[in-house]
Amino acid sequence: MTPLAEELRAAVGAANVLTAREACVAFECDGLTAYRRVPDVVVLPANAAEVQAVMSICHRLHVPVVARGAGTGLSGGSLPVAGGVLLVLARLNRILELVPRRRLARVQPGVTNLSISKACAVHGLFYAPDPSSQIACSIGGNVAENSGGVHCLKYGITLHNILEIKVVTVAGELLVLGSEMGEAPGYALTAILTGSEGMLGVIVEVTVKLLPRPERVELVLGAFDDIGACARVVGDIISAGIIPAGLEMMDGAAICAADAFAKCGYPTTAQALLLCEIDGGDADVTHQLERVIHVMQAAGAIYLRVAADASEQQRMWSGRKAAFPAVGRLAPDYYCMDGTIPRRRLPEVLGRIAELSQEFALPIANVFHAGDGNLHPLIMFDAGKPAELQRAEECGNRILELCVAVGGTVTGEHGVGVEKLGPMCTQFGSAELEMFHAVKRAFDPLALLNPGKAVPTLARCADYGALRVHGGQMPFAHLPRF
Amino acid sequence: MDRDASAELSARVKAAAAARTPLQLCGSGSKAFYGRVVRGEPLLLQQHSGVVDYDPQELVLTARAGTALSRIEAQLAERGQHLPFEPPHFGAGATLGGMIASGLSGPARASAGPVRDFVLGVRMLTGAGQVLQFGGRVMKNVAGYDVTRLMVGALGTLGVILEVSLKVLPRAPGQLTLTFALNAAQALERMSDWALTPLPITATCWVDEQLYVRLEGTTAALAHARQRMGGEELNAAEPFWMSIKEHTHPFFQTAENLWRLNVPAHSAPPDVAGRTLLEWTGAQRWLVPDDARADLHRASARTGGFATCFRTAEPRAEVFAALPAALMRIHRELKRTFDPHAILNPGRLYADL
Repeated sequence: MTPLAEELRAAVGAANVLTAREACVAFECDGLTAYRRVPDVVVLPANAAEVQAVMSICHRLHVPVVARGAGTGLSGGSLPVAGGVLLVLARLNRILELVPRRRLARVQPGVTNLSISKACAVHGLFYAPDPSSQIACSIGGNVAENSGGVHCLKYGITLHNILEIKVVTVAGELLVLGSEMGEAPGYALTAILTGSEGMLGVIVEVTVKLLPRPERVELVLGAFDDIGACARVVGDIISAGIIPAGLEMMDGAAICAADAFAKCGYPTTAQALLLCEIDGGDADVTHQLERVIHVMQAAGAIYLRVAADASEQQRMWSGRKAAFPAVGRLAPDYYCMDGTIPRRRLPEVLGRIAELSQEFALPIANVFHAGDGNLHPLIMFDAGKPAELQRAEECGNRILELCVAVGGTVTGEHGVGVEKLGPMCTQFGSAELEMFHAVKRAFDPLALLNPGKAVPTLARCADYGALRVHGGQMPFAHLPRF
Repeated sequence: MDRDASAELSARVKAAAAARTPLQLCGSGSKAFYGRVVRGEPLLLQQHSGVVDYDPQELVLTARAGTALSRIEAQLAERGQHLPFEPPHFGAGATLGGMIASGLSGPARASAGPVRDFVLGVRMLTGAGQVLQFGGRVMKNVAGYDVTRLMVGALGTLGVILEVSLKVLPRAPGQLTLTFALNAAQALERMSDWALTPLPITATCWVDEQLYVRLEGTTAALAHARQRMGGEELNAAEPFWMSIKEHTHPFFQTAENLWRLNVPAHSAPPDVAGRTLLEWTGAQRWLVPDDARADLHRASARTGGFATCFRTAEPRAEVFAALPAALMRIHRELKRTFDPHAILNPGRLYADL
C-alpha cells in the first residue's frame, strides 16, 4: 500500500478508498466513453470536511485530483489522470436544507438535479435548469459545467440559478462564494468557479434558487416546408416581445427520425418544426399564445397545433427529447456538436451546414435550442468504412469553425473537457488562452486540479475533436438527450 | 463623437505600466463616490464610445464602455426593450463601463436578476495594456473561464473595460404599482408571502410606513393581480421608482453616512437605530444610522449578510465588508494576474487590490 492510499484511508475510512483495478474500472470514463483511463485511486469522501482532508493530503504530496459527480458529463471533464486521485462526490448526496419561504435549497454536490425540483414541488416551487440528464446528473457537476437545458432563454443557465457555493481549494481550505442573497463583497468568484470544469476548486455545497411554478403552461407545434422560414419565425416570436420558456427546432431529417422512434405524431413531410412552450400567468399566456399562433401562420406554417393537455404536451416533447437516440438508429455512428451562434445567423448557418453535408457526403440531422442559438448538429457516418471517421471529424470541425466565424462559440453547454481542447484554439487567441492558464494558477499554482482539461496548451492547439457515438450507443442510453 | 479609442487607451496603459504610474479609471464620474479613494493619473474613458451592434431580435446589444447609459436605454426603448436589472445612473452621463465596474442593479434586481447575469462578453485591457476578449454575443457559452463576469463589480481593479455585450429583454406591455400602509415587519412578511406565488411582481420598496409593489404584464394580468392583492394604485409610479433607483427620493437626501445592507430577506432589522428603506423583498436595505460612527459591517454579518458604506460624509478606510483570509489571498492572486503592476484603480475596492 502506498503512503498516499494509507493517508487517504486514515482520512475517509478504508472502505472509501479504492485501489483495486476491478473496483476502479467503473470510474474509467464519464458520459463521453471514447476517452477512458482506469483511475489509480478512487476516493469517496462522506462530507466537506473529508474533502478538505483529501485535498490537504494530495496537495502536500503533489498528487493531481480529478473531481467527479455523477459521471454524466459529455466532454470527458472527469476523465481520470495518470498518477492522480479520482475524487468521487457521490456520497455527498443530501439536501441539507429546503426553505420554501426563502425560496432556496442548500444541497450537497452529489444531489441529483431532478431531485431538487421533486423535493420542492409540494411547495409549488421548482429549480429551473434542466439538463437532459437531469434524472442522473448531480448539482455539483451542473455547477462545474454551468449546465443548460431547454429552458435557458427564459430561466437562464446554472449560474443564474445558484446563490452561494462552498468550494474546497486545492490546499484544502473552505471558501464560501456568493451568499443567500446572491450578492457578495469582492470579485464575482461564483461566476468564475461556475463552468470551470473542476480546474479551480471542488464544489462541496450549493445553495440554489427556487422559483414559483408558473400558473399555466402551453405548448405550440408549428411545422414549415422551408427551414429558412422556420428559422425566421424564431426571431419573429422574440420580436413580438415574447420570451418563450422553451423554443426548440428540428429539421426534416430529425423530424422523421424522432417520429419513427417516439411515434409522437410529427408532420413527417415538413422540412422544419418548432416547439414553442409559453408559461406564466393565465392572462399573459393567453395573450402570448395568440401572438405566437399569429406569427407562425403569417410565416406560412403548414401545420399548427396547440397541445390540448399535459399528456399531449408530453407526447409533443417526447419526439424532441428522443431525437439523439432516434438519429442514432439511422446510421452506425454519429457526432454531436454543441456550437452556439447568434440567432439571426440561423438560416445562413443551416444553409451552410447543408452544403457541408453535401460536400462531405455525410447526412446531418439538426436539433437545437433555437431560442438561444445552441445547435446540436448530428453528423451521421459509419466508422467501419475507410476514412469516413476522419471525414466526419473534419466536417464537425468545419461546423465549429463556422460557429466561431459567425460570432458564436464551440460549446454552448457540454463543456470543453478533453474533447474540445482542439476547437478551443479556433475560438481564442493565444493571449486569452494564456490568461486562462494564469487564472488557473491563481487558484491552483501547482496545477493539481484536473490537469490538462478545459484549456488547451498553446502546443496542443493543432488538434480538434467532437463527441463520437458508436453503434447508436449513447452512454447513459436510458436518458433522454436534447 | 463615437470612436474606437482602444489603441490609444492600450498605449496609455502600457506606458503607465512601464512607469509604474497608478491610473484612476474615469467614466463620467457619476459613481466616483462609490468605493475607496484612488490616487492616480486620470484615464479618461468616455471618449471610447458608440453602440457597435444592436439587433432587437437577437436580444443582444454590444457597445463601447464609454457609451452613455441613457443613450443605450433610449435606443432599446425605441424597440420596446430594456436593461431588465434597471441600473442606477447616479448622474446624467453615467456610462456602460461604470455600470459593469460598479456592478450595481436597481429595483428590478429581485425579479430580473443582477447586472452580472446579463453580461455576455467583454473586450478589455489588462494592467499590461494587452487587449483581450472573453465571452461573446451568444446566450450560452461555456468555453473557457467566465472572465467576463469577473469584471462585474471589480471597480476597474482587474482591467479597463473596452466593450461589453449584454443580454436585453422586451419590456412588459404594462405596469401597475400598488401601495399598502404597513410597518416594516408586516411589509417583510407580506413580501415573502407574495414571492412564493407566480404574481408578476418586478419591484418592491418599503419606506415611510408604506409598501410599494410594482407589477408588470398585460392589462388583464395586472387587473387579476390587483384583485388578488388589494392595495391602492399609485398614480405617479414611474417617478417614484426612478427616485428609488437614482436615490433622489427624500429618504436618500442626507449628509450622513448611507449604508447598504444585503441580508437574508427574512432577517430581523439590525440592532442599529436609524432610518431604513427596504428593497428586493427585504434582501437589500438602506440605512442611515442615527449615530454617524455606527459600524454596520458587524451588525450585518450577525444576520448572515454584509454591509457596504455606500455614501459617506467623509472618506472611509473600509467601504466594503472584510473578506476571510483565504478568499482575500485569491483576490490578490487574481489582481496580480490581470494587473501585474497594480496600476489600475489601486485601492478602490480594498486597500491591497
